[in-house]
Amino acid sequence: MVKINGENLDIAGKTIAEYLLTTSYDAKRIAVECNGAVIPKTQYGKTVLADGDSVEIVSFVGGG
Amino acid sequence: MVELIPTQEEIRKALKERHGTELQDKLSSATVAVCGLGGLGSNIAITLARTGIGRLILIDFDRVDISNLHRQQYKASQVGRYKTDALSENLKENSPYIKLETHTVRITEHNIPELLKDADIICEAFDRAETKAMLANTVLTAMPDKYLVAASGMAGLGSANSIRTRRLTDRFYLCGDEVSDAGDGLGLIASRVMLCAAHQAHTVVRILAEKFEP
Repeated sequence: MVKINGENLDIAGKTIAEYLLTTSYDAKRIAVECNGAVIPKTQYGKTVLADGDSVEIVSFVGGG
Repeated sequence: MVELIPTQEEIRKALKERHGTELQDKLSSATVAVCGLGGLGSNIAITLARTGIGRLILIDFDRVDISNLHRQQYKASQVGRYKTDALSENLKENSPYIKLETHTVRITEHNIPELLKDADIICEAFDRAETKAMLANTVLTAMPDKYLVAASGMAGLGSANSIRTRRLTDRFYLCGDEVSDAGDGLGLIASRVMLCAAHQAHTVVRILAEKFEP
């Protein structure tokens, strides 16, 4: 299982890019942290999620 | 007429009496960048200057607009001025000896490394979600020695108590309720934006004091 924003999901083996395609996140507004490190956007298609990974997707909203 | 203001030594002494020498020395020797000088950034800068941060890097391409006056630290007489210039003046009135470096430019992923190279801690204080994400991704992947204190979600009349600070990685802090978008409903209310700015400024002070948990 892969933990995404606190929820355990059965997506081990998928890349971050493949997982994001199944969601409604706007790619221009997010930062993705995996196991304590922020993943460069150029690596989303190459980073394969593994059992036990913990991922946090921050989706920024406007205002400041 | 010459206005008499306290000397640098007098102000330093007063800060040390308030904060203790050890903490004040850490604050005085720090460089903090504030990216965006709107409702978040102008309030963060004013707070950090009062706290005795030694040097601020202030970045914004925009000018003061009448629609900014309700929540940003500018005066009606400053409408039309560059925010970098107007805020520098306002900061110097309270903190005359603070070191300020200003850049009146639009921040892009290309100029970030040069603009922010001297900062120990970077505050993200933009308005647009896409620019917030761009700065966060660039700093956190290309500048691994920097701390980033970002903000997301402070619009509207939601509870003050839903504004919080989370630590997402060793060097990435996020303040706000993470959901209240300025594009929905009421827009930005001064008090709630200031709460979020205060979370960001306080996180900066805590990091410098080596208290890393939010």
